[in-house]
Amino acid sequence: MISDTLVDLSRLQFAATALYHFLFVPLTLGLSFLLAIMESVYVMTGKEIYRQMTKFWGKLFGINFALGVATGITMEFQFGTNWSYYSQYVGDIFGTPLAIEGLMAFFLESTFVGLFFFGWERLSKVQHLLVTWLVALGSNFSALWILVANGWMQYPVGAEFNPDTLRMELTSFAEVFFSPVAQVKFVHTVSAGYVTGSCFVLGISAWYLLKNRHVAFAQRSFAIAAAFGLASVLSVITLGDESGYELGHVQKVKLAAIEGMWETHPPPAPFTVVGFIDQENLRTNHALEIPWMMGLIATRSLSEPVTGLKELIAGHEPRIRNGMQAYAALQQLRANPGDTAAREILREHGGDLGYGLLLKRRAPNVVDATDAQIAQTARDAIPPVAPLFWAFRIMVGAGVFMLVTFALALLSTTRRQLMRQRWLLKLAVVTLPMPWIASEAGWLVAELGRQPWTVAEVLPTWMSVSSLSVGDLIFSFCGFVILYTALLVVELYLMVKFARKGPGDAPGSSASSATPA
Amino acid sequence: MDFLMSYETLRLVWWLFLGVLLIGFAVMDGFDLGVGVLLPVVAREDAERRVLLNAIGPTWEGNQVWFVLGGGAIFAAFPLIYAAAFSGFFVALILVLFALILRPVGFDYRSKLADPRWRGLWDWCLFVGGFVPALVFGVAFGNLLQGVPLRFDPDLRVHYDGGFFGLLNPYGLLCGAVSLSMLVMHGAAFLQLKTVGELRERARRWLGLAALVYVIAFAAAGVWLALGVEGYRLLSFAGKAGVSDPLAKTVAVEAGAWFANYYDAPVLWLIPLLAFAGAGLAWYLAPRRPGYAFIASATAVGCTILTAGVGMFPFMLPSSLQPSHSLTVWDSTSSLLTLRWMFWLTVFFLPLIIAYTSWVFRVMRGPVTVEEVRHSDAHY
Repeated sequence: MISDTLVDLSRLQFAATALYHFLFVPLTLGLSFLLAIMESVYVMTGKEIYRQMTKFWGKLFGINFALGVATGITMEFQFGTNWSYYSQYVGDIFGTPLAIEGLMAFFLESTFVGLFFFGWERLSKVQHLLVTWLVALGSNFSALWILVANGWMQYPVGAEFNPDTLRMELTSFAEVFFSPVAQVKFVHTVSAGYVTGSCFVLGISAWYLLKNRHVAFAQRSFAIAAAFGLASVLSVITLGDESGYELGHVQKVKLAAIEGMWETHPPPAPFTVVGFIDQENLRTNHALEIPWMMGLIATRSLSEPVTGLKELIAGHEPRIRNGMQAYAALQQLRANPGDTAAREILREHGGDLGYGLLLKRRAPNVVDATDAQIAQTARDAIPPVAPLFWAFRIMVGAGVFMLVTFALALLSTTRRQLMRQRWLLKLAVVTLPMPWIASEAGWLVAELGRQPWTVAEVLPTWMSVSSLSVGDLIFSFCGFVILYTALLVVELYLMVKFARKGPGDAPGSSASSATPA
Repeated sequence: MDFLMSYETLRLVWWLFLGVLLIGFAVMDGFDLGVGVLLPVVAREDAERRVLLNAIGPTWEGNQVWFVLGGGAIFAAFPLIYAAAFSGFFVALILVLFALILRPVGFDYRSKLADPRWRGLWDWCLFVGGFVPALVFGVAFGNLLQGVPLRFDPDLRVHYDGGFFGLLNPYGLLCGAVSLSMLVMHGAAFLQLKTVGELRERARRWLGLAALVYVIAFAAAGVWLALGVEGYRLLSFAGKAGVSDPLAKTVAVEAGAWFANYYDAPVLWLIPLLAFAGAGLAWYLAPRRPGYAFIASATAVGCTILTAGVGMFPFMLPSSLQPSHSLTVWDSTSSLLTLRWMFWLTVFFLPLIIAYTSWVFRVMRGPVTVEEVRHSDAHY
C-alpha cells in the first residue's frame, strides 16, 4: 500500500514547486506584452524614451524570466519523477498539450528571448520589434497549452478508459482543446498575468514619481501600465465570474466548497462573505451572507438551484457503488480478456471507475468495502473546504483592490493630475504585491478545489504518486525548497537593486539615452 | 496513406522522432553544457569567462528547449517510458534538475554584479550546470544498456528496486565518460567558431584532449558491451500494432544481443564508424575550417546516440529484474490517435523551429571578443 506520508510529501513538493514557479510566470506573461507595447510605440513614434523604457523594463523582465525558466524545467519532469502512475494512466491525453507547449510556445519564447537582449544592435527596428512580439506570443501560447492540460485535469473530456492498456486514452483532441474549462482558465490566467505586469510597472513608476526621479520616463510607464492594467483587471474579473458560472455546471463540488455551501438553498442562493468552516460537522458557523448573490453568480438566474455539499456527498454514494462494480469487472477482465460480460459492465459503469479507485484507499480490495467505508469515501470526495473558502476570498479581495487602484490611476493620468496626487502614487506602491497574493491564492483555489483527485472523478491523488521511498521525497523536497528559496532571495535582491538604480544610471547604458531625473 | 498512418509505422516514426529530439538536445544544448564544463579551464580571467558565456549566451536558452521538448514528447508518445524512466532514475534526475536550474540563473545573474566572489560562485554553478547533466546522461545510457531493475505490478504501476548508487557501476561510469568527453569536445568545437586568439587556441587544445578521451572511451564501451554486457532479445510479443501492454511478451537475455541488429544489417556499422570519424575530423579541421569541425563534432555526437539506440532497438527501457517487463517501441506508446496528432503537429512545427533557430544563429554569427564584452551593454 502507498503510505500517506509519501502522498503528502509528493503533494507538498508539487505544491511548493508549482507555487514558486507561479511567482514568476504571471510577471513574464504580463511584462512581455508590456514590453511589446512599449517597443511598438517606440517604432511608431521614433521617440527614444520608449526604447529606453523597453530596455529598462526588459532588464527587470530578464531577472524574473531566468527564474521562471529555472523553476519551469522542474515542472516538465516532475510528473514523471513523482507522479509516475498519473503519467502512465493519463499521459496519452495529458502529455500531448505539454509536448505541444514545447513545440509551439516554449521554443518560440526561448529562442527569441536571447535576441531580445542581444539583438538591439544587430537587428533593424522592425525586426527587433517582431522579436519582442514573438517572445510575448510564445509566453502566452505557453500558458494556453499548460492550461489546456490543467483544464483537462479539472474536467476530463475527450477521453475514455481502455481496459486493455489500463489507462485513459484520447478520443477527441478537439474536445480536450476546446474544453470550456480550459478556455476560461486560459483567459483568466493570462489576464491575471497582464495585471501582474501592469502592477509591477505601475508600482515601480509610482515610486520613482514619489522620489521625483526619472519623471518623464516614469509618467509614460505609469500611463501605459494604468491603461493596460485596467483593461486586464476588468477582464480577469469578468472571466473569473465566467469561470464561476462554468463551475456551476461542471465542477459543482469545487464551487460549493469555495462558497462553504453545505445545504442546497431554495433559489436564489445566498453568498457567504465570511464564516467559520466546520468540515467535521458539515457546517459554516457565524456566516455573514448576502441574499441572492450566489445564485446570480453561479446560475445567472433566480430560479436555478445551486447544489450544496451535503447533497453532493449523498450523490457520491451511488457512484462509488457503480465504481465498485466497474472495478470488479476490470479485475475479471484482466484475468480473462475474453470476458464479454465484464467488458459490458465496465462499459456501463466505466465512468465511475474513479470512485472505485477512491474507495481503494479505505478498502484495499474495493469489492468487499463496508457501508461505513463507502460513506466515509463519499465524504472524502470533497476538497478541504476552509482553505478553499479563504483562498478564494483573498484572491477576490486582492482583485478588487487592484481594480480600484487601476481605475483611479487611469483617471488621474488622463486628467494629468498624477504629480499632485501623492496618495495615489502611494496606493500604487502598496498595490505592488497584490497580484502575487491573488495568483498564489488563485492557484490554491484551482488545485485544492480539484482534490481528492488529480484528474477529476477519474484518478485519485493518492494513487497517482510514484513508488518512491519517503527518504527520496525528503531529499528532493528539501533540495527544491533550499535551492528555490536561495534563488528567490537572490532574485529579489537583484530586482530591488536594479529597480532602485532606475533607467538613467543602469550600468553600461549609453549616456545619450539617459533621462535626467 | 493507410500504411503511412498505421500504428506500426507511427510507432517507428515516434522512435525516430525521439531520436531526433535526443540528438537535437545533444547537438544543440550539448555544446552549451560543454562550454560550461570548459569555463574554469579555458577562460582564465573574468573578461575571458564573459566571452565564453556570451558565445553561447544569446542561444543557449532556445537550445535547452530540446531537452524540455524531449521530456514532453516522451510523455505524450511513450507515457510508460516517461513514467518508468524518470521515477526509476529518481535521484539522478533530481540532481540533473538541480544542476540545470542553476544555468538560467547563472547566465543572467552572474555579470550583474562586479564582486569577484559573486562571479566566482556563479562560475562554479555554471560549471556544475554543465558537468552534472553531461555526465549523468551518459551514465543513464550505460545503465539502459545493462538493463535497469524495474518491474510492473498488475495495476501497471512501475516499481524500481535499485538505488542511486547502483547506477554508478563501472560500465555506467564508462558511458558517463563517453558523454562527458563528447560534449566537452563539442563545446570546444563550438568555441572555435565563437572565439579568437589565445582563447581559441586553448579551447582547441581541450578539443584535442577531449576527442582523444572520447575515442578511447567510446571504443572501450563498445568492446565491453560485446564481451561483458548481456543484451535483450524479443522472443514473442503482441505484434507491432498490438496493444500497449508491456506485460504481454517474452524476452531472452543473452550475450551479444545488442549487436544483433548490426549483424543483420551490416550497413549500420557506418554509424559508429562515423562517430569515430567525426571526432577525428573535428580535431583535424579545427585550426583550418572551424565550421566543418563543428559539423564533424555534431556528427560524432549524433552517431554516438544512434549507435546505442540502434543496437537496443526495439528495446527502449530493458528490465534486468523482469526481462519480460522491458519496455519496447511496440508496447509502450500512446494510443494511435495521440500518435497521429503528435505526428502532424511535429511535422508542422519542427521545420519551423529549425528555420527560426537558424535565423537567430545567423543574426548572432561571428566571434565574441574581449573588447566587445567590455563595451556593449547587451552582454552578460
